[in-house]
Amino acid sequence: MPEAYDPNQVAKDAIAPTGAGGAMDLAMSEAETLEKTPGGPGGTGPQEKARSLWTDAWQQLRRNPVFIISSLLIVFLVLIAIWPSLIASGDPNACQLSQANKGSGPGHPFGTDQQGCDVYTRTVYGARASIAVGICATLGVAILGSLMGGLAGFFGGWWDGLLSRLADVFFAIPVVLGGLVFLSVVVSDTIWPVVGFMVLLGWPQISRIARGSVITAKQNDYVQAARALGASNSRMLLRHVAPNAVAPVIVVATIALGTYIALEATLSFLGVGLRPPTVSWGIDISNASQVIRNYPSQLLWPAGALSITVLAFIMLGDAVRDALDPKLR
Amino acid sequence: MGRYVIRRLLQMIPVFIGATFLIFVMVYALGDPVAALFGDKAPDPATAARIREDLGLDKPLWQQYLHYMGNIFRGDFGTAFNGQKVTELMASAFPVTMKLTFVAIVIEIIVGIALGVVSGLKRGRPLDTSLLVLTLIVISVPTFVSGYLLQLLFGLKLGWVRPTVSSDAPLNELILPGIVLALVSLAYVTRLTRTSIGENARADYVRTAVAKGLPRRRVITKHLLRNSLIPVVTFIGADIGALMGGAIVTERIFNIHGVGYQLYNGILRGNTPTVVGFVTILVLVFLVANLLVDLLYAVLDPRIRYA
Repeated sequence: MPEAYDPNQVAKDAIAPTGAGGAMDLAMSEAETLEKTPGGPGGTGPQEKARSLWTDAWQQLRRNPVFIISSLLIVFLVLIAIWPSLIASGDPNACQLSQANKGSGPGHPFGTDQQGCDVYTRTVYGARASIAVGICATLGVAILGSLMGGLAGFFGGWWDGLLSRLADVFFAIPVVLGGLVFLSVVVSDTIWPVVGFMVLLGWPQISRIARGSVITAKQNDYVQAARALGASNSRMLLRHVAPNAVAPVIVVATIALGTYIALEATLSFLGVGLRPPTVSWGIDISNASQVIRNYPSQLLWPAGALSITVLAFIMLGDAVRDALDPKLR
Repeated sequence: MGRYVIRRLLQMIPVFIGATFLIFVMVYALGDPVAALFGDKAPDPATAARIREDLGLDKPLWQQYLHYMGNIFRGDFGTAFNGQKVTELMASAFPVTMKLTFVAIVIEIIVGIALGVVSGLKRGRPLDTSLLVLTLIVISVPTFVSGYLLQLLFGLKLGWVRPTVSSDAPLNELILPGIVLALVSLAYVTRLTRTSIGENARADYVRTAVAKGLPRRRVITKHLLRNSLIPVVTFIGADIGALMGGAIVTERIFNIHGVGYQLYNGILRGNTPTVVGFVTILVLVFLVANLLVDLLYAVLDPRIRYA
């Protein structure tokens, strides 16, 4: 019975169609084909082509209300970070002392702060610094962390030992304390010292994840096959290992984005993060905390905006994790 | 077991040296400590040079580091610029922060694990969903925001507690700051416990325990909980160090004179000996806490053996 057992065909079925995930995706895609939902996969090509982990994840994300709410919020926040004048016409640093500590009234929907600045305008403009720091720090941490962790996991040996110990060193320094010391040395009007500090202390978090998932991925049969076929290290790493190891990194990085925004605000609150004239929720909360007994609303607006922003990114990370982690499906 | 502990202690040495050296370099870059000693006045160059020589500040950085570490192992953390021994500052600050951290950890363990177990057992029910949403919200509100809000609500509006803590920091005044410090970690503990309980609740050994007629309470506490606690214990262990370092914000809001308060002032005034000494101790606490967590694994799961 030659046609009943064809090893080449089996191998092709197992490896070729997915590129990511393997058997699990195959099973999933078969289940999907059986369902034959008419409006389901919108323009993803012919049904015979099995879906990758990413298409599957996207299918699940589109149906997740948490993902929809958080991404709408994030789109809105990014928009006002780029063009704050869309919804706030004034200048956040145009303040009149004679108007200080007013409640909400005409021209000042959220009232004014101690310096007589418009709280609404400052709250809107505060999004820019937070989002910029969050995105830049996450990108930096993700790139540096997956580079270090990926190389350590792939090559192993003394290189792995060295990088892992190095990660331990940075991991052992308490973040807020390190921030206080580091940022009181590097003083600048830009966001870069804050971003640089977060990358410096944040990369071990990602590198540990990346190292673990690269070690898991490189033991897969298709990587061994590629090695046996004489693929170079860089080809194995880039074409075979990286695409299959990147999902956990993306999940952790998305959740970390929210925490970096909170960390920026904490450092600015302590007086070492961003500095005026940069408008930051942390600075505004710190200023408002001095008059919290008499004018609590000055604190509530920037604090609310900050919390909602962090919440949006953490919700996004949560939804992405649910979609990318097959264990939870 | 003994060999494992020794190996781990040896592994801690390079990490400890690396982390403290990093902090040492950063603090050194804080600026000229001799100038800080004179405050606003410009020091007389000859005097400044003499002080620099006395303190060993004219030597290269690595020699200063070695000298400093040598002193630390003899129990000498140096003298703060106001003439107070750094060890005296520590003796007044660390007990306060340790009390605060203790309160926070206890709240975290009791409330977090209880909520996590309830949530994990009722997975998918309304109670679980609402707890999940609640933890997300708690994680999103930074400590300094929740601190001020709770202080405003319970300290000023309702008047249930004193809004600030008195200098000897009695335990009952530390409850509110402890809750504030614990909140974010509490939410993480709840989520971790929930996931872990949810995964293990379907395990064979749980079904066996139920099938042989054990009371539900015993199944949950003896079988399910013990097996589900490993990720939670890992988190809490790593959190001890983070809490002690992160107490800086909470201590500032409630005016607690602990480690964070001393460090904050030390950094603002460029008080090098204080900062390096305190951070060194905090790094040690972090490393030892992590070691203890690894040893706790064996208690929770007897299958784990250390050779």
